Amino acid sequence: MNTIQTMNPQTKEELFVEILLRLADDRLILGHRLSEWAGHGPELEEDLALANTALDMIGHASALYAYAADIDGKPDEDHYAYFRDDLDFKNIALVELPKGDFAFTIARQFLFSAYSYFLYRDLIGLVDDDQFKGMLQKHFKEIKYHLRHSREWILRLGDGTETSHIKLQKAFDELWMYTGEMFAMDNLDQKAIEHSLFTDVSKCKEEWINLVSSTLEEATINVPDNNQYMYNGARKGLHTEHLGYLLAQMQFLRRSYPDAEWK
Amino acid sequence: MQSGSKLTERTHITKEDIWSFLEEVTDPEIPVLNIVEMGIVRNVEITEGKITVRITPTYSGCPAMNAIENEINKKLSEKGLEAFEILTDYRETWTTDWMTEHAKSKLKEYGIAPPEKTDSETDFLTSLKGSQKIVPCPYCDSLETVLQSEFGSTACKSLYYCNGCSQPFEHFKCI
Repeated sequence: MNTIQTMNPQTKEELFVEILLRLADDRLILGHRLSEWAGHGPELEEDLALANTALDMIGHASALYAYAADIDGKPDEDHYAYFRDDLDFKNIALVELPKGDFAFTIARQFLFSAYSYFLYRDLIGLVDDDQFKGMLQKHFKEIKYHLRHSREWILRLGDGTETSHIKLQKAFDELWMYTGEMFAMDNLDQKAIEHSLFTDVSKCKEEWINLVSSTLEEATINVPDNNQYMYNGARKGLHTEHLGYLLAQMQFLRRSYPDAEWK
Repeated sequence: MQSGSKLTERTHITKEDIWSFLEEVTDPEIPVLNIVEMGIVRNVEITEGKITVRITPTYSGCPAMNAIENEINKKLSEKGLEAFEILTDYRETWTTDWMTEHAKSKLKEYGIAPPEKTDSETDFLTSLKGSQKIVPCPYCDSLETVLQSEFGSTACKSLYYCNGCSQPFEHFKCI
């Protein structure tokens, strides 16, 4: 099993699998958090929007997992989603935090979609694997929808009622310490960059900050202090307590009834 | 040869035959369109009697994709074919620009506003700051329409409301 101690990819293939899993895990876990809104959205349109976004993100994860499984010699994408434990998940902590209220969910979506926009834009420009590049291009189109949708809600909530403003400000204040991980680079990223499998995300941080800050200012929300303590380590398995509960719910059925099929 | 007869009785199956069978497979969520005019089928190859059909997904999370694969399976089996495989190919990225004009007019007749031409990439960050596109109402062609939600009943559609004929309608998103 792939754990903190043993995770040390050497070959280009192994590195590629790790990169695919990092991308996929972020998307699966956030997709799951969004799916928790199904039937609970503040209004019908938003219920649909959140469920649609969840569907997209789980779809992105599924394609990336399937490709990793191909390279890694694993049976299928389900292997990664259902049969790994919390230590083996490589997602950043931001995406595993409980869904909170609507302001929290939308604020997180906006921060993550903006990050995904720049990350995918740069990745598309450098990867040479046709299938991987094609997947990224497909996801990129959908990421733009998520970014547009969440950004509009930031403006609406921030510059809306007194209550919506307070809730949104609180959401950004709480989320901020989890944004550092998006741009934190480790040895694995560095090696992947050498093989043109990943991009130097620290380079798009400034563009991300510009987009986020200008949106928050327009929404009359204070931009939290960027020099505060930033959470780190989730990509290596140091997750918050919330991931275990999420996985317990997400993986229960598949693990209890491994041969279950939709009929 | 009559259309109902099994193909195994035939001596030769051409790519054109396969394409025409695939035209009989419709999108389960938009039954007026078949998967060829949607641009979902990218390539058909016959190598040493084995047929390979390459398809590409419309939306990443589109639940219809599995259904479409099953329908292709069913259709080709119905036609008496056995040696075939269906591959999902990501090398080309599906875009609504691949939809034929005929398909777009069928969508409109069905009550779904068809997708326009897609924007160029560079416009995106600027377009975030406003300027919604005008989508004509598929019922009365009025331009007095408003976007209700970027997300609709399926992954590929958004919701609009027409102030001309007071009707809500769906718009096939252009991607």
